[in-house]
This record gives sequence, C-alpha cells and structure tokens, in this order.
Amino acid sequence: MGLEHPLIGLPGAPAGPDQDAILKSVTDTLANKGFVVAQLDKLVNWARTGSMFPMTFGLACCAVEMMHAYVSRYDLDRFGVVPRPSPRQSDVIIVAGTLTNKMAPAFRKVYDQMAEPRYVISMGSCANGGGYYHYSYSVVRGCDRVVPVDIYVPGCPPTAEALVYGILQLQRKIRRTGTLWR
Amino acid sequence: MADVDSIGDLLEYVTDRIGPALVDAKVKNGELTLRVERDRIVKVLALLRDDPNCHFKQLMDIAGVDFPERERRFDVVYNLLSLTGNMRVRVVVETDEETPVPSVAELYSAASWFEREAWDLFGIFFSNHPDLRRILTDYGFEGHPLRKDFPLTGYVEVRYDDEQKRVVYEPVKLTQEFRTFDFLSPWEGITRQLPGDEKATQDVPPAAPGPAKVAGS
Repeated sequence: MGLEHPLIGLPGAPAGPDQDAILKSVTDTLANKGFVVAQLDKLVNWARTGSMFPMTFGLACCAVEMMHAYVSRYDLDRFGVVPRPSPRQSDVIIVAGTLTNKMAPAFRKVYDQMAEPRYVISMGSCANGGGYYHYSYSVVRGCDRVVPVDIYVPGCPPTAEALVYGILQLQRKIRRTGTLWR
Repeated sequence: MADVDSIGDLLEYVTDRIGPALVDAKVKNGELTLRVERDRIVKVLALLRDDPNCHFKQLMDIAGVDFPERERRFDVVYNLLSLTGNMRVRVVVETDEETPVPSVAELYSAASWFEREAWDLFGIFFSNHPDLRRILTDYGFEGHPLRKDFPLTGYVEVRYDDEQKRVVYEPVKLTQEFRTFDFLSPWEGITRQLPGDEKATQDVPPAAPGPAKVAGS
C-alpha cells in the first residue's frame, strides 16, 4: 500500500493488529520518553488534512448536497471537516452552486480574506464551467475565472458521496504536494 | 348590494363600475381578464381593492410581457386575489419603452418591488414610484434582460484580473456559440401508430406446435 504513518514516518498499516502495534509503540514511546520524533512536513500535512475547515459558501441547490455531506449520514466531521461561518477561520472554500456576476466580487473578497494555505473545491456543473447557465448573461462561466480551483467535483448536483470523495482527493493532493508554503 | 359570487357576476359588476376606463373584459377558462386604460390603472385597482363586492386585497404579482411586433410593445399584468370572494382577476395595461405606467405602490405595498423588478428586467417605467431602482441584476448592469431583443449571453462577462487585483468586466467572448438543437419534440413527433402497434391488427399466425403437454402432471 505504501501508506506511512503520518506522525512518525513508520510504514503505516490499515486498521488491524499491525496498526494497533504501531499505535502502541507510539504510546509506549510517549509514556517512556515523554516525546516522539516526527518529520515536520508529515506532521504539517497530518494537521492540514486532519482539520480542513470549509467556508460555508452554498450558492444554489448544490448547497443541499453539501449539507447532506456535513450531517449525520456522511458526517464530514469525522474527517475533521467542520463548516465555518467566517473566511478567517477557513482553510477551504466549497463553491456549491451557480456563481453569478453580481456575486463574483463578493466571492473573491471572501477568498482573499482566507488565510494561507487555502484551497478551493468547485462543486457542480455551474461552478465548474457555468453548466446549465453557461450562455446566460448573468452567470460566471466557471468559478475558476475568479479564483484558482484545486478540485472540481462534477455533477448536477453531485451527490454527497461525490463531495466527500472530492474532499478526500483534496486531502490526497495536500499530502502529495507536501509543501510547507504555497 | 349586488350579489357577486361567480366570475360571470364579477365581469358584469366591474364592467358597470369601471366604465370607460375598461378597454376589454373577457372570461376565458374561468379566469377574468380586464384590459384597462393605462392612466386609469390606479383608480381601477383602488376600486377592485376597496369595493365591498370585490375586496381584491392581495396583489399576487405584477408581470411584464414583451410583444416586440406591437406598437406598444409591453403588457403589464396585475394578478389580484380576493380571499373573501375566493376569486382572482387579471388586470392588463399596455405601454411602450417611454410611456410611464402610474405606480400602484400607494395601494399595494407589495407592488413596490414588483415594479422594480419589471423596471429592471423589461425597462417598463413607473411614474410616482417611491424608489425605482434595479432589484435583481448586477450593480451597474446595462440593458433589460427579459426584453426579446436582449441577447441571451448579454454584453459583458466577469473575470478576476491578477494585475488589478479585482474582478473586471470584459466584452463577452465565447469559445463556442450558443447552439439550438431543434429536435422534434416527443409531443409533436408522435404518430397515431406507435411502433409495435401494427402487430395488434395483423392476423396472429398460428402458434408453432410446442412440446406436447402431459395432461394431469
């Protein structure tokens, strides 16, 4: 699998006796020495992927699917994904719905207020490329005209699972990119 | 007091009351439509609202309709509801791009935003309106998008400019023109005979002899 334990850089293992052994060794080290040694970039990535707070940015019907992903059935909270009402507290913004011309400056302002490192998930056809409203006089033909997008989730609207998958893909991207600064 | 409890009664009743301001009145599909003089619209709606036999106290909607081939191209449609009479009535006036329609915001407070919407999307001007601004379209938007001569894609599009650090407006540039696919709709294209129907009228050929059935099994 090539999984590595995110904290101590040991070869990781799926849930089971092997993983328990790793966790036990970490706990034992902590108990004996009072500290563990980890690689900084892995520690940073572990922290980043483990608490991605999305800015609440539901614009249209996609927002309903986004809510479904947050609440009990899919429960994004178990990935540390908790919606925040303020851009200052957010790491990621999920553009869920049709971005109109009138909304575009406000959206960019919200994005600019987010602290680095920040990520953008474009959710649904309208945010990806205008979708149904591509030829409309009042709709931005894709939110990537306004902000840089990390993950595109296709669908009209995408299911809650699709959004969860997109968030997991973003976690993978963060882990793979593995930089301290963007 | 006259007994008004059907659309037919209402038609007669309001025809008497409105008098010369009425251009046309008809009942179609059980719905009463009154065409009235544009300058008298406030009086007509006040009558419909306050008359004890009408009591059209609720303004459900104001709609605009564009007929580009007509001399006075716009219709302004007022949809009224009377809860006491359990009746609806549609009042229509005609106007064009320049001629203002008297605002009914004094009579119905709901009319204020409806008229703003009609102004925004059709460019129908309402005189005496307390605050006639755009309501739906973008700040600084030019044109009235629901007019028939407004291009679907409009004139401007937005983009974030990395040098100016702000969202900028640019003339529309489409990589692919809008295409209309004129498929025959399933409702137009349907024929009397559905595929497979012909089998029903044909003589059914005698069934091929199958395996002999064993009686009593």
